[in-house]
Amino acid sequence: MTSVLQLNNLRKVYASTSGPFGLGKKQEVVAVDDVTLNLLPGRTFCLVGESGCGKTTIGRLAMQLTGPTAGEVILDGAKVDSRDKVALRAGRQKIQMVFQDPFACLNPRMTGSQIVGEPLDCLGLATGAARTKRISTLFDQVGLPRTFMDRRPREMSGGQRQRLGIARALAPAPKVIVADEAVAALDVSIRSQILNLLNEVQSKTQVAFLFISHDLSVVRYLADDVAVMYLGAVVETGTADQVFNAPAHPYTRALLASIPATHPSKRSTASGLTGEVPSPFAIPSGCRFRTRCPHATELCGIERPQLRHTGSGQSVACHYAETI
Amino acid sequence: MTNITSSPEFTPRQKRGIARIDAFKQRPVLAVSLAIIFIAVLLALFAPVLTTDPAHINPIKRLKPPSSEDWFGTDQIGRSVFARVIWGARVSLLVGLMVALVTTIVGVAIGICAGYFSRLDSVIMRIMDAVMAIPAVLLAIALVAMIGASPLVLVIAISLPEIPRMARMVRANVLVMRAQTFVEAAVTCGASVPWILRHHILPAAAGPILVQATYVLASAMILEAILSFLGAGTPPDVPSWGNMMSEGRQFLQLAPWILMFPAICLGLVILAVNTLGDALRDLLDPNLSPAAGKVGDLQ
Repeated sequence: MTSVLQLNNLRKVYASTSGPFGLGKKQEVVAVDDVTLNLLPGRTFCLVGESGCGKTTIGRLAMQLTGPTAGEVILDGAKVDSRDKVALRAGRQKIQMVFQDPFACLNPRMTGSQIVGEPLDCLGLATGAARTKRISTLFDQVGLPRTFMDRRPREMSGGQRQRLGIARALAPAPKVIVADEAVAALDVSIRSQILNLLNEVQSKTQVAFLFISHDLSVVRYLADDVAVMYLGAVVETGTADQVFNAPAHPYTRALLASIPATHPSKRSTASGLTGEVPSPFAIPSGCRFRTRCPHATELCGIERPQLRHTGSGQSVACHYAETI
Repeated sequence: MTNITSSPEFTPRQKRGIARIDAFKQRPVLAVSLAIIFIAVLLALFAPVLTTDPAHINPIKRLKPPSSEDWFGTDQIGRSVFARVIWGARVSLLVGLMVALVTTIVGVAIGICAGYFSRLDSVIMRIMDAVMAIPAVLLAIALVAMIGASPLVLVIAISLPEIPRMARMVRANVLVMRAQTFVEAAVTCGASVPWILRHHILPAAAGPILVQATYVLASAMILEAILSFLGAGTPPDVPSWGNMMSEGRQFLQLAPWILMFPAICLGLVILAVNTLGDALRDLLDPNLSPAAGKVGDLQ
């Protein structure tokens, strides 16, 4: 199967200056460091990691909301050139986004049908009766009553707004939807409804999801493939079963150990992580996880481990993945 | 409100119309100030029908107090003060409206450029700061001395120092709006810059712009009166509230009505415009009014 979205060796560096007039010393934050991902049609790829690990930046790079410092984004077989604004806008038909905050991502002055119709209008996909018909279909698809077409976001609940956001993302029939913490702002009861809706939509339209989340239970439920990120780099990637059943990287293990057990007898004895995430201004040499890793040796401080295949099928960036 | 929204026989458009009438009922001050402005505009528009020639001199009836014949009395050369007040409203309102219009159009355009295109921002805003430093009265006197007194020169002279204020306010609003997630969402939907400005940024800034425009209108009318009073504004042959007050000043003890009536009119209209601005601000601010979400309908 050919991939719909490929991120090749993406790197994003943010520069910040201090002092008056930016004359102070320049500091660089490497938000995303050499990340390669492959998204297949009809599958859900989940990016997991702590806050500040660069998950959202990857989503924004994939959406071309910001340009990469190095590396390339290949959307549906074509390289995306962030300088070619016309092609960029046309390419947005293929990739859409569902946002985290269902309150902030909808213009409070627009009605439901205006919001869902926006991509159709902007990309010139449908006008007149075809537009109305498409919007009605989308409302049905996400389970919103058609009477909501005349309502403004303030007259809807959080779950209804997120459904509206999903309808908007589905409007141009994209091949990829980037969902950045799409259920994090919702109540638990609404969350499962939205997750089910996403599954349902995917089985009908074969759309690929790039799902960004810090919530491992959501990831376990939704993911086909998983990439675990730490300080801007992918430390482990594979299918959801591989990563969740046989985590190979010490960081993944620690993450999984931090999930609260549902039964007292299942309580894990494995320890969680100690210490703080290092500052992104000063990423440790060699393996970036070594400062918190219980298995770190001298080698980890010298040589940066590359992603490599292990016996169980996934890729891991750890020198000692097999032995620990 | 609840019985209106739940009754099925009204269309959404009708419902919004009813809500707007309700809004006026709850705000008598807004209604009164709108009425004053409306009457002033009507009087100014129909001045030729309503009154006699404001320049008509009748030396027999000089400095006559208000009577049934001459409602506002007559001035030192026997001209009807009533006719001159009505005709003077034309100049005041015309200059005020023109200044408000010019300031809004130019200020909004500049503010959007500065707020949306961050590369232009610092250059544009430094120029605006420089323009802001020019005192309006001095600029107007200089321009009138250079080009000569005419309403057009007045409009330019009063607009110029007002534009930076409008531009600053619009820029601040645009900066806030463009950082909103829904603007980013519009970008991901393939929206072009003009689309985003028209559908997302301008509707949100419309409230503050409208309010600022009313303040500009009021201060332009005051400035016009000041300049005319100083003799740097409307030429003496055209009656304006400012030059009427200037002439009336010399006869204040003999015939106070010459100064009084234009002053009362100016005060009333300014008060009404400023009250309208205040009421609009309350009405359009989402934090102060539940009706604010419907600003988009006002356009």
